[in-house]
Amino acid sequence: MNFPILSSLILLPIVGALFLFFTKDKEGNNLTAKYVALFTTVVNFLISIYLWISFDQSTSSFQFVEDRTWIEGFINYKVGVDGISILFIILTTFITPLCIISVNNSVKNRLRDFLIAILIMESFMIGVFCALDLVVFYLFFEAGLIPMFLIIGIWGGARRVYSAFKFFLYTLLGSVLMLVAIISIYWITGTTDVVQLYEIGIDVKYQNLLWLAFFSSFAVKTPMWPVHTWLPDAHVEAPTAGSVLLAAILLKMAGYGFIRFSLGLFPVASEVFTPLIYTLSVIAIIFTSLIALMQEDMKKLIAYSSVAHMGFVTLGIFTLQQQGIEGSIIQMISHGLVSAALFLIVGVVYDRMHSRLISTYGGLVSVIPKYSILFMLFALASLGLPGTSGFIGEFLILMGAFKDNFLVAVIASIGVILGAAYMLWLYKRVVFGKLLNEDLKKILDLNRSEYFILSCLAAPILFFGFYPDPLITTIEVSVTDLINMHNTNIASK
Amino acid sequence: MENLNLILPEIFISLSIMFLLILGVFKNDSSKITFILSLFAILITTIITFNETFSVTRETLFNGSVVIDSMSSLMKIITLIGGFLVLVISSTYLKTFKIYNIEYPVLILSSILGMMVMISSNDLIVFYMGLELQSLALYVLATYNRDQLKSSEAGLKYFVLSALSSGLLLYGCSLVYGFSGSTNFDIISNQLNSEEYVLTFGIVFILVGLAFKISAVPFHMWAPDVYEGSPTTVTLFFTIVPKVAALTVFIRFLYVPFLNLIDQWQMIIVFLSIASMIFGAVAAIGQTNIKRLIAYSSIGHIGYTLAGLATASNEGIQSSIIYISIYVIMNLALFSCLLMLKRKDQYYENIDDLSGLSKNHPLLSLCLLLILFSLAGIPPLAGFFAKFYVFKAVLEQSMYFLAIVGLLSTVVAAFYYLRIIKIMYFDKEKDKYDTDHSLWLKFSLTVSTILILLYFIFPSQLVEVVSRINII
Repeated sequence: MNFPILSSLILLPIVGALFLFFTKDKEGNNLTAKYVALFTTVVNFLISIYLWISFDQSTSSFQFVEDRTWIEGFINYKVGVDGISILFIILTTFITPLCIISVNNSVKNRLRDFLIAILIMESFMIGVFCALDLVVFYLFFEAGLIPMFLIIGIWGGARRVYSAFKFFLYTLLGSVLMLVAIISIYWITGTTDVVQLYEIGIDVKYQNLLWLAFFSSFAVKTPMWPVHTWLPDAHVEAPTAGSVLLAAILLKMAGYGFIRFSLGLFPVASEVFTPLIYTLSVIAIIFTSLIALMQEDMKKLIAYSSVAHMGFVTLGIFTLQQQGIEGSIIQMISHGLVSAALFLIVGVVYDRMHSRLISTYGGLVSVIPKYSILFMLFALASLGLPGTSGFIGEFLILMGAFKDNFLVAVIASIGVILGAAYMLWLYKRVVFGKLLNEDLKKILDLNRSEYFILSCLAAPILFFGFYPDPLITTIEVSVTDLINMHNTNIASK
Repeated sequence: MENLNLILPEIFISLSIMFLLILGVFKNDSSKITFILSLFAILITTIITFNETFSVTRETLFNGSVVIDSMSSLMKIITLIGGFLVLVISSTYLKTFKIYNIEYPVLILSSILGMMVMISSNDLIVFYMGLELQSLALYVLATYNRDQLKSSEAGLKYFVLSALSSGLLLYGCSLVYGFSGSTNFDIISNQLNSEEYVLTFGIVFILVGLAFKISAVPFHMWAPDVYEGSPTTVTLFFTIVPKVAALTVFIRFLYVPFLNLIDQWQMIIVFLSIASMIFGAVAAIGQTNIKRLIAYSSIGHIGYTLAGLATASNEGIQSSIIYISIYVIMNLALFSCLLMLKRKDQYYENIDDLSGLSKNHPLLSLCLLLILFSLAGIPPLAGFFAKFYVFKAVLEQSMYFLAIVGLLSTVVAAFYYLRIIKIMYFDKEKDKYDTDHSLWLKFSLTVSTILILLYFIFPSQLVEVVSRINII
C-alpha cells in the first residue's frame, strides 16, 4: 500500500491542534500559536497540491484509495478522491491558512482555542470530501458541527448564542433523517461503501424516500429556500474567519453531497425530484436576491447572495447535463473564493470602524484606494463578470439549464441581473459617493497581511476566469462518467 | 454436585459483607479500613467473575433457578466496575458532609450483591429476592445524608413508590405462576401461550414494575426528586448500576419466559421507549438543577435502550447492552465533573454555577463539553455510536417510526445539552472552584473522557464482546 496521503491530510491538522493544545495560552496576540497553526495548514496545502499534481485526470475511478476495516463486518474506513472531490479538498486547504492569517483583529481573546477549533474544522471538512463510505461521510459531516458551534458561540457578535443554537439545531435536524437513510441503505443493500453502491444500485422502490432523507440534510446545509434562515444569522454573528469557513467550504459540503450521493446513488429519484429542485432553486435565486437588495448590513447582504449563488449550484447539478454539473462545481469553487474574499473585505472595514451597516460608509474610494480596487474585483466576480471565475460557473450552469428546461433558465437569468444589481448597489453605496462620515477620513488602507490574503484570493479568481481549463480537465472525466452511469441506470429501469 | 465455582463471586461478596459488618462492630473508627477492604472485595469479585464465568456460554444451577451465561457475566462485570468507581470517588464527598461511615460501603456491596442475584436469576423467586435486597439497600442509601431534609424526603419517596411497584411486580409474578405452574423461566417459556387473556395482565404488571425500576415513562415520577435529593455520589450510583441490573432482568423476562408472547409486549415496549425518549428530551429543557437534568436525561437514555429491546432480535439486545455500557461511562464522567464543582466544602449543583467555567477551568470544561456532546449523540464521540447501533438494530426490523421519533428527539435533547455548553463557554465567569481533587476523581474523569473521545478508533472491541450474547 502506498503512503496514505489522504489520511495524512485529514490527520495533520489534528496533530497541529494537539500540539497547540499542549502549548501555553498567552494573552493577546499569541504569535507562536499562530505560526504553528499556519505552518500546519500550509504544509497541508502543499500536500494537497502534490495530490493534485499526481492525480490522474484521465480516469474517473477513485484514486489514493485507503480501505481499512473499522467495525468488523460492517463499516470500512474508506477514503479516496476523484475529479469531483479533489478540487474541494484543495479549496479547503487553500482557504484555511488564509483564515488563520486573517484572525489578527477579529479574534481578541483565546486565540489559541480559536486556532484549535479552525484546525479541527479543517480536518473534518477534508474528511467529508474524501469519505467513500456513507457512515464515514456522516461522521465527518456531523462532527463539523461541534467546532463551528463553538466558533460562532464563543467568538461571535452580540446575538451569537441565538445564532449558534439555530445553526446547530437546524443542521442536526436535517442530518438525523440522513442517518436513518444511511442505515436503511445498509439493510437494503448490505453495504455502505459508495463505490460498491454505485455498482449494485439501489432498488427503485426505496429510492424516493431515501432521496428525500438525504435531501433534508443537504437542503439545510446548502442552504436552500425555505430552510436558509440559519445562514444569515450564523454569518452575521460569526467572526470573520468563521464566516469565511462557513461560506467558502461548509456550504459546499451539501453541493458535493448532492453530486456524489443524491445523483450517484438515487438516479431515478433524482429524475423524479428535479422539478422540486428547480422550483426551490429558482425561488432561492430570485427571492433571496431581492432580499439581498434590501439589506442594510453588509455581511447579511453577502450571506443572502450566498443563498442565491447556491441556488444556481443546485439548479446546475440537477440539470443532469455535462455543462450544468461542471458549471456547478466551478461555481462552488468560485463562490468559495469570492465569498471568502467578500467576507474578508467586510471584515477589514469592520475591524476599523466596528460597523457593518452600509450607511456608515460611503466615499471610501478617496481614502483607501487599494481596498476599493480589490473590493471592485470581488464584487464583479460575485456578479459573474466575464474574465472572473464567477462567470464560467454561471455561464455553464445556464447553458445546461437551457438545454434541459427553457423557462427555468430564463428565470434564473433574471437572477443574474438581480445579482448584478445588489452587488453594484452595495459597492456604490460603500465605496463611491460623498465622504460624509468624519471618522472615515482617518481609516487606514489595507495592511500587509490583509493585502496578501486578498491578493491570494484575487489571483485564482482572475486566473480561472481567463483560463478555466485546469479545473475543467480535472473534473471532466468524472462528470462524464457520472452522467453516463446515471443515463444507463435510468435506461435500465 | 452443583458447580459452585459459578456462583463464587456472589459467595465471596456475601462473605465480605458479613466480615465488614463484624469488623465495624468490633473496631473503633473503622470507616477508612472498611472503604479500602470493600474496594478490594469488589476488585476480587470482578476478577473471580471474569475468570470463572466469562468463558461460560450457558450453565444453570439449583434446578435451573440461577443461570450463568455470557450476558450475566458481562453485566455483572459492568455492575462491579460501576460500583467500584462510585465507591472510589465518593470518599471526599462523604467526608465533606461528615457521613464517611462504614455503612456506606456495606450498603453499596449489599445492593451490588442483590443486583448480581437479579442478573443471574432464572426464576421468579430468585429474581424477587435479588430485587428486594438491592432495593432495601438503595432506600437506605437515598436517605444516607439524613441531616438534610431533601435526602430524607428522597429516601421516603423512593421507598413508598418502589414498594408499590414491587407489589405490582409480585402480583404479576403470581399471575404468571398461576398460568404456568412454575416459577422457573424456562418452564414458563414452554407453558405460556398467547391465548390466555388474563396472562396479558400478568405481563403488564411485571413490565410496569420493571419499567419503574429503570424509570421509563410513565413510571418515572420518582426519578427527578430522588436524584436531586440523594447525596450526589448515591445519585451517581442510582443512575448507572441499578439500571444495568434492571435492564438485564428486563431482557431476561422478555426473551426467556415471554418469548412466545412477543405480540403482547412489543407494543408496550415501543410505547415505553417512545414516551421516554420524547419526555426525557422535552422535560429536561426547563431544569435548573444539574442532578434533576441528569434524571430527565437518563430517562431519555433509557428510552433509547428500550428501543433496542423492542426489536425482538439479538442485534437489538446487543445494541441495548452496548448503549447501556457507553451510558455508564458517560454518566460516570458527567458525575466526576459534577463532584469537582466544589468551593470551600460546598458542592454546587445548579446549571448557573457552571457559568463561564471554561475561563477558569479550561480542562474541566473541555471534558464536560465532550461528555455533553457525547450524551447528545454527536459524532465522532462514543454516544453517537451507542445510538447508531440501536438505530441500526431498529431499522433492521423496519421500525421506521420508532427510529425517526428517536432521532428527532435527539435533536430536542441536543438543545438542553447545548444550553449547558453555552453557559460554560459563552457566559461570564464566576469565582474559581477548588482544584485539589482526589486522585481517583481525576483518574475516573480522565479515563472515562478518553474512552468517550477515542472510542471511535477501536469500535470493534465492545461489539465483539457483546456479540457473544445470544439470548434468542
